[in-house]
Amino acid sequence: MREITLSQAVNEALAEEMRRDDTVFIIGEDVAEAGTPFKVLSGLVEEFGTRRVVDTPIAEPGFMGIAVGAAMTGARPVVDLMFGDFIFLIMDQLCNQAAKTHYMSGGKLSVPLVLRTNMGATRRSAAQHSQSLHALVAHIPGLKVAMPSSAYEAKGLMKTAIRDNNPVVIFEDKLMYQDKAPVPEEEFLIPFGEANIKREGSDITLIGTSSMVQVCEKAAEILAAEGISAEVIDPRTIVPLDEKTLLESARKTSRVIVVDEGHQSFGVTSEIASRINEKAFYHLDAPVLRMGAMDVPIPFSPALEDITVPTPEGVAEKARMLCGGEMINAA
Amino acid sequence: MAKTKTNSEDYLRMYRQMVRIRSFEDNANQLYLSAKMPGLTHMYSGEEAVAVGICEALKTTDKITSTHRGHGHCVAKGAEFKEMFCELLGKEEGYCRGKGGSMHIADQSNGNLGANAIVGGSMGIATGSAFTAKMLGKDDVTVCFFGDGATAQGLMYEVMNMAALWNLPVIYACENNGYSEYTKTEEIAAGSITARAEAFGIEAHQVDGQDVLAVNKLATDLVARARKGEGPFFVELMTYRYHGHHVGDINREYYRTKDEEKDWKENRDPIIRFRAHLVSEGLATEDELDALNAEIAKDAEDAVKYALDAKYPDVSEVDMHVFSDIKHALA
Repeated sequence: MREITLSQAVNEALAEEMRRDDTVFIIGEDVAEAGTPFKVLSGLVEEFGTRRVVDTPIAEPGFMGIAVGAAMTGARPVVDLMFGDFIFLIMDQLCNQAAKTHYMSGGKLSVPLVLRTNMGATRRSAAQHSQSLHALVAHIPGLKVAMPSSAYEAKGLMKTAIRDNNPVVIFEDKLMYQDKAPVPEEEFLIPFGEANIKREGSDITLIGTSSMVQVCEKAAEILAAEGISAEVIDPRTIVPLDEKTLLESARKTSRVIVVDEGHQSFGVTSEIASRINEKAFYHLDAPVLRMGAMDVPIPFSPALEDITVPTPEGVAEKARMLCGGEMINAA
Repeated sequence: MAKTKTNSEDYLRMYRQMVRIRSFEDNANQLYLSAKMPGLTHMYSGEEAVAVGICEALKTTDKITSTHRGHGHCVAKGAEFKEMFCELLGKEEGYCRGKGGSMHIADQSNGNLGANAIVGGSMGIATGSAFTAKMLGKDDVTVCFFGDGATAQGLMYEVMNMAALWNLPVIYACENNGYSEYTKTEEIAAGSITARAEAFGIEAHQVDGQDVLAVNKLATDLVARARKGEGPFFVELMTYRYHGHHVGDINREYYRTKDEEKDWKENRDPIIRFRAHLVSEGLATEDELDALNAEIAKDAEDAVKYALDAKYPDVSEVDMHVFSDIKHALA
């Protein structure tokens, strides 16, 4: 199968959906001729024109609000938010308006909107351009949240998101834009709420999101060399969450580590760990561990930044301790 | 009074709609005072000529966005008493199945995209609705109703900038009722309100919001021009709210005098003024108008009675309409 980058996968998904449906349009800062700072959208304005690839002033709440209104009246906007960190600027439009409109109207109004943004540290971009803020969004009922872990997921999830009649937020890891993966030429969609078992195993389950799936896979390889069989699962969407697949794996292996690049406290790792504790407690041989980004603003210095996010070696080390019967962090 | 429509039917409909709004609000206030309504509500009484003068210039397919003080906009855009009172009382037959309440009534069948409980929160939505019309080549015009208080929100400036850059068919209708919650407008707004729009090159007008014919004449002209692509426009409508910020704001002499309220009610009331005009022009007799008032009062009374007896939504509805494609979000 051919291999393309995550960036190309997103670009293809958008182009295909824009050809299929005239109401789909892109709106955001420097999305047209510039094709965004990451060049993900290059070439789209040449095909679809400035009517459907719309450059805005630097006014995130404004263009997000415009997208919400456009979605409520028959268009299907794909909003480009240049950095995930800017989500704080659009919180009212995203969380008070987009997320609640369908519910508050008793189902009469819908907001078929996609918010494309990014996440991920270690790009030496410091505290305001490095955050992974998907947990904030996942906390608000009414928003779906997708976290592609490769070019394949990036394309399939994007196409599903555009066809979804609800607001969907997609977090792309900005360090993965140039990562290649096999992506079929023929059309495909990836349904929301279906986790992907990336690697089967029997001793421990490693649940990873976005780039942490790769971290978990690398950890699984390290562990395999030591005779520990790790199962790796990618939920692909955290809302809706495929709880069934995660619980089945937890019951099978009896040990779980959840790895996610959001801050560890009050985050995605906490949520998934809690659900496993509540629903698979008697199948567990060890506490479910959380591994997130350190609870500090992301520092600039490479010496500091690199230690804030989970690594394959770190995950393998914790897995080894769990499998060895050590009660990690137990008082 | 300014003149525009010459058809006596149009005049009588405008009168009727203003009386319907007043009648709706009088009943809503009574429901609050008699503890039959959950929560609070914000009365539109005194501002009827604004909503009616503007909405009478719109087609059903034209859109409006409304505010926390939104019953008047809803009635003026064509809503029915029964579904509105049911919504105020949280009943299943309400416009939003009781999920929105007074501050979130939406009536998409008449182009009302909903009231918004975030001050200025709907400015993006209205601008986005106009964006859809332009992008999809529809001739809909959108009117964004908001109060003088909302002119302090940053979102307004972001979306007016884009609306002006892109010539969107939106009319920003600022209902200046003199008070931003419990504070005089001059204490929260520096400089001129209309100059804010003019800074973006948006044609701005100020009009007597107590003169329904003046409002309607201006609105008819601006709507026609917006439909032809000459928008956006901005209108400041000088008006007055008879009640407090909400129905529970009863002792309000610390921010405005009873004499001031009395003066507006006795000398500038939009219904009294228009009624005198209809009689003096021979378009209706006092008896005919009394009969019309009585008929509306009876309609409102019947609708209240109906809504009080109507069913609450079944508790199983609590997790419905969170997502459009998932019947029960928590199932």
